[in-house]
Amino acid sequence: MSEVDPWDALRAATRARVGLGRAGDGLSTAENLRLAAAHAQARDAVHTALDADAIVAALGERAGPVVHSQAADRAEYLQRPDLGRRLAPGHGLEAGEDDLVIVISDGLSARAVQDHAVAVVDALLPRLEGWSVAPVVVAEQARVALGDEIAVALGGRMVLVLIGERPGMSSPDSLGAYLTFEPRPGRVDSERNCVSNIRPPDGLTYDGAAEILAALMTESFRLQLSGIGLKDTGAALPSGAG
Amino acid sequence: MTWTTTLGGHSYGFADLRELLAKATPARSGDVLAGVAAESAAERVAAQTVLADLPLAHFLDEAVVPYEDDDVTRLILDSHDAAAFAPVRSLTVGGFRDWLLSWEAHTTVLTDLAPGLTPEMVAAVSKLMRVGDLVAVGRKTRVVTGLRTTIGLEGRLATRLQPNHPTDDPVGITASLVDGLLHGAGDAVVGINPATDRPSTVRALLDLIDDARQRLGAPIQSCVLTHVTTTLELLEQGAPVDLVFQSVAGTQAANRGFGVTLDQLREAHAAASELHRGTVGNNVTYFETGQGSALSADAHHDVDEQTLEARAYAVCRAFDPLLVNTVVGFIGPEYLFDGKQILRAGLEDHLCGKLLGVPMGVDVCYTNHAEADADDTDTLLLTLGAAGCSFVITVPGGDDIMLNYQSLSFQDVLQVRQTLGLRPAPEFEAWLGSVGLLDDAGRVPQLVPEPIRALMG
Repeated sequence: MSEVDPWDALRAATRARVGLGRAGDGLSTAENLRLAAAHAQARDAVHTALDADAIVAALGERAGPVVHSQAADRAEYLQRPDLGRRLAPGHGLEAGEDDLVIVISDGLSARAVQDHAVAVVDALLPRLEGWSVAPVVVAEQARVALGDEIAVALGGRMVLVLIGERPGMSSPDSLGAYLTFEPRPGRVDSERNCVSNIRPPDGLTYDGAAEILAALMTESFRLQLSGIGLKDTGAALPSGAG
Repeated sequence: MTWTTTLGGHSYGFADLRELLAKATPARSGDVLAGVAAESAAERVAAQTVLADLPLAHFLDEAVVPYEDDDVTRLILDSHDAAAFAPVRSLTVGGFRDWLLSWEAHTTVLTDLAPGLTPEMVAAVSKLMRVGDLVAVGRKTRVVTGLRTTIGLEGRLATRLQPNHPTDDPVGITASLVDGLLHGAGDAVVGINPATDRPSTVRALLDLIDDARQRLGAPIQSCVLTHVTTTLELLEQGAPVDLVFQSVAGTQAANRGFGVTLDQLREAHAAASELHRGTVGNNVTYFETGQGSALSADAHHDVDEQTLEARAYAVCRAFDPLLVNTVVGFIGPEYLFDGKQILRAGLEDHLCGKLLGVPMGVDVCYTNHAEADADDTDTLLLTLGAAGCSFVITVPGGDDIMLNYQSLSFQDVLQVRQTLGLRPAPEFEAWLGSVGLLDDAGRVPQLVPEPIRALMG
């Protein structure tokens, strides 16, 4: 029989908070303080502003315009999601005829976008040979559905929104990718496909996410739809993937 | 019909039932966002005053969402049981509140009444209740269901063990599953929210839990919370599906937003029922709901979010669920702004579900962009425990590393079970005792029994 502490084996197998120290039925002082510290960091992450200039610089010649939703600031963004779905006037977007529009949006974690969004674009574009892709738009105080309005303005047939997911205590930097075929205002969530938890090394890798997205996007064009009618039929993820 | 009243020298008018219910609703951000909330504290009390005098029978004559446009309204009115309604048919909403609090309205009476109540009636009466009332009446309700464990018995508080993992990694999921079992969690369900809807992944996770169940000989049921169409596909493949899961809401349009129809739910309910995988019952559906879901899909018809939430329970009860829970703090501060609003909503949801005959649990939770913290979840858990809530959700350390929000920890439930004298589901309790995870005082010792250790491979 192994001499390894079984609780250590649990802790080694996941980032979930397993094997916590107890005091009676409750949590120990040390665990309570660790949880409070993690919550404090997540709270602070929600209110960090996106550095759009840095994203544009990292995108280089692929960068398109920076646009804003109608939510004026973070406080309004949090309480008025309707404004976060609408494009502020004076956006300067010009209609083209591209297969794909990519929008990088701050969402609820600018840190996730700052750390991961451009790397996902880098991993994805080489997998989309033959596609015409519009210059990448950066959107501030944005919800997922803002991508629909942006794509309509740009004349895109599909939109991919890379957006900061709501920060968790153990994941203030999780990026989500939302795919919508023939985007237009009024699209509902069941008409989108989502790949979430892109945050290497703990979540999906950039290549892993790009592989799933490219497959979904190709199939989306073939079936002429997105959402629940479009299933990701690849193999199950192997143990330890990502 | 227009109702008017005066309060403090001002006259207030309410054009229809929809407006009256919305303006009578205790304050919450989602109703402000929808533009349906009372514009002042006085207008809210004026609406509550008018609502208190409204006959309950009126709710059978005026729908908040038109019958012709909405299959949830049709379900509610077409399935209404007039005979069951008879004991309260002559009451007003205010009179109904007094009656619910009366000694006469004991558990059996409330159980028999359930088919005679509509969601709008129970939503209305809950708007006239304070937190203490929501707890006191909730405690008198009882909805008992079963599959391999029995849920909803008096003096019991069950838990969903939620071993989510951001990449659906089987080893990581198993670690969280083991941690939960070692803390006496999982008697309501072991339920995983998968990171992907990919059928092969969902199948692998179903097999993982079912294999653990059989190796341990533990009375647990499994669920992978994927879309009902994916579950239907897996049922056809012969996957070990204990429970059909679906998120549902209180309008047809909101359910369309979830990509689900009542017919699909009927089909999946029938298919899973035929498997007869249970030992103590055959309730084979599991639903999640939450105030604000219809508004977030722009499918709210200018009805307040709490009334719509109660309507979702009418959808649930049509499919004999084992479990239903509101994900009360998950949807965000634009719908429930802070700990105070989340507390009230959780207790409203529990009571409204139970009065309608739904086996109600609550995901006691909050997101990091809401004004809430662990003190708020402690308070809601304690009050739900006092109210006789059927089950709550638990994740390691209260930190869901896949869905990025905070729910309850296993330890939170151990503590509240001891504080309030609550026990796990009886079949699961017996199993815990058989493997040494329950002492004579009903406490869970810090042990790692060999069969559970072996799950880690």
